[in-house]
Amino acid sequence: MSKSLKLYAGSAVGTVLMLTLAVNFADRLVPEHSDSYDRMAVENDRDFHLIARAQADEMMAARPFGLGRAALPEEIAAWDLDVSPDGTGLPVGSGDVMTGEEVFIENCAVCHGDFAEGRGNWPKLAGGEDTLADEDPLKTVGSYWPHLSTTWDYVNRSMPFGNAQSLSADDVYGIVAYILYSNYLVEDDFVLSNENFTEIVLPNADGFIIDDRAETEYPIWRTEPCMENCKDTVEITKRATVLDVTPDEETTEEALAAPAEEPVQVAAADPAPAEEAPAATPAMAIDQALADKGEKVFKKCKACHKVGDGAKNGSGPQLNGIVGRSVASADGFKYSGSMVDYGGEWTPERLAAFIAKPKGEIKGTKMSFAGLKKEGDVAAVIEYLKTFGQ
Amino acid sequence: MTSSFKGPKASRRQFLAGAAAIGAGAATGARAQSPDPLITEVQEWAQGLGEGVDATPYGMPIRFETDVVRRNVPWLTADPISSINFTPIHALDGTITPQGCAFERHHSGAIELSKDDYRLMINGLVDRPLVFTYADLERFPREQHVYFCECAANTGMEWAGAQLNGAQFTHGMIHNMEYTGVPLRTLLNEAGIQTEGKWVYVEGADASSNGRSIPMEKALDDVLVAFKANGEALRKEHGYPVRLVVPGWEGNMWVKWLRRIEVTTQAVESREETSKYTDTLADGTSRKWTWVMDAKSVVTSPSPQSPITHGPGPLVITGLAWSGHGKIKRVDVSIDGGKTWEQARLASEPGDKALSRFYLDINWDGSEMLLQSRAMDETGYVQPTKAQLRDVRGLNSVYHNNCIQTWHVKTNGEAENVEVS
Repeated sequence: MSKSLKLYAGSAVGTVLMLTLAVNFADRLVPEHSDSYDRMAVENDRDFHLIARAQADEMMAARPFGLGRAALPEEIAAWDLDVSPDGTGLPVGSGDVMTGEEVFIENCAVCHGDFAEGRGNWPKLAGGEDTLADEDPLKTVGSYWPHLSTTWDYVNRSMPFGNAQSLSADDVYGIVAYILYSNYLVEDDFVLSNENFTEIVLPNADGFIIDDRAETEYPIWRTEPCMENCKDTVEITKRATVLDVTPDEETTEEALAAPAEEPVQVAAADPAPAEEAPAATPAMAIDQALADKGEKVFKKCKACHKVGDGAKNGSGPQLNGIVGRSVASADGFKYSGSMVDYGGEWTPERLAAFIAKPKGEIKGTKMSFAGLKKEGDVAAVIEYLKTFGQ
Repeated sequence: MTSSFKGPKASRRQFLAGAAAIGAGAATGARAQSPDPLITEVQEWAQGLGEGVDATPYGMPIRFETDVVRRNVPWLTADPISSINFTPIHALDGTITPQGCAFERHHSGAIELSKDDYRLMINGLVDRPLVFTYADLERFPREQHVYFCECAANTGMEWAGAQLNGAQFTHGMIHNMEYTGVPLRTLLNEAGIQTEGKWVYVEGADASSNGRSIPMEKALDDVLVAFKANGEALRKEHGYPVRLVVPGWEGNMWVKWLRRIEVTTQAVESREETSKYTDTLADGTSRKWTWVMDAKSVVTSPSPQSPITHGPGPLVITGLAWSGHGKIKRVDVSIDGGKTWEQARLASEPGDKALSRFYLDINWDGSEMLLQSRAMDETGYVQPTKAQLRDVRGLNSVYHNNCIQTWHVKTNGEAENVEVS
């Protein structure tokens, strides 16, 4: 069919054989036009594969439109990561609470807190038991989530925020074990693995019912509506302006005063790729290869720190021009007293010490990040930050 | 400048000044006191030349409309990357939402994925696990449909009481577009669904993946794999180059940057269908799989961000109505907080699972109003009050708040979001 398919075909055939059991219906995945079919002769069960190939050809021929190509087993394995409540999809592996704690503090605690209790507006993963019927329920893995598979699946597929799919299966088992421990659901010597995974039943496993609006709501409201004399009195019981939580909207006076070309500039600037932003600061000599490496490392920081055009403070201050910037000088960010006391300028040396061990360099800093362990990572991330001017 | 322009909240100050100026004009009735220089003097635009063609290869709204934009509520979420903003429904009319101001909801940011890099996989319980390129998708027979997409959390902040002062913020997690795409059933048939396949699990290419399980019956019904909206390519923030359209069902299922469809025997029970997008009732049990968006409506003008600036006399009351169960049958409007109702006029033949625009043209006497709208869909379902919803669901619900909204319009034309008895 396609060129790329032919290139894949040789290695694909071998892998198909190995993964026959592991991957759904792998025996139907043999590419339709395998140029290297002879290689299969090394396998024992030649007849089986002949039949399998014939079946696969037949299957592909049965496509109503004949569009698309066969998905290869390696491709399915790479993308089919979801894990179901019965454990379907879990890879082999294990992790204990203590190792999980280390990995969690390194990768997750910056948003979710050292004890999975959550920081600021970031999700709380622990606590809240028996609060679901309360006025303000706290919904966590321990108090609300029905299936442990969901936690494993989400951590494995989408976390850490800004650096997804960077954890090993064992690390994910460890993190999930630690989250269970933080919810007092297992002891500190617990080891979670694919073998004992489905034995864990979360407290709220039975707390869900399937949508019952068709029985509990629709019959009430599928009635002829009242048009007149529907109630005697009407009183205002709540007002939004009392709460005053509606965001201010910038006035448009500035926009009105702006020259007519401005919207055009906005339109033109929009599609510019973000990578071009660093070019704005030619003042410092940049080791681009190191900065590129730093960009990857910076994923660990991104959830809290913004850089580049229009970067705003988030959980942490924006970092434009941080190398050489006065300490605690981002407009509008509330720094800890310790950071203000630290004072002076962010020289590369001071930054390196802080990034390597934040609480060691500045005791009392609000930054809950554990620090970058590798010296190379520290240098790289500083080089990357240098590429952003004020 | 200020009097000719109604800013948003803005512009409470501007609004009052504007209302006074216009009010003064109105007071003179049909006769102007002095000739209007905009008419009697030759204006610059009537004398010189305007811009040539190509001044804006892709046009943006004129600068006088720069306040008609999406806005977010920063305190709602920890970070704008995993967050939501709101369509400026208070400033739009008609039913089609322009893509550029249609609300966004991302779980790990809007990613940039080119058509060349795009791949769609169908695997699981199918005869032929397949991979499609973008070009492959364009070769299947296409359909076009207009559908609304509403976030399950739309109006969620109002559950506990009137909170956000503006239709954009209370009801703006919705948009309505004309989609072009391929029916999901066509793609599933291309792969060949096996008889044990009861669900499809759909996920996106972004880091969140936002995986959701959809029962096969719906997947084979009206779900669309869409690549165009309102005639042009999807915007990055809406899932360019390909998103799923799940008509009438909560927006979270409309997976953006769609990359994989897996046929399964069971629901995957992903994060987005267990820990989120589930509805906790008074006794602490929670409803799951609450996919359909029930009938709902809102008056978009007058409303807090769109006050009456012209004083008593002819007034256009307008708003939007929709139902995930099908077409809107009728909309009633009350100006007295629900004591009496009058049937509004639908601007056009209602579409299936699409926004309908309604109008009620009244002669406003300048007195206070408690403005409400109430939708009825083709199943006979009538939009409930917040009290009715709370009676069934308790006080801890967040999603699927489709209650009747009330705006308190004051004698000066300003409006406020209120809750009434």
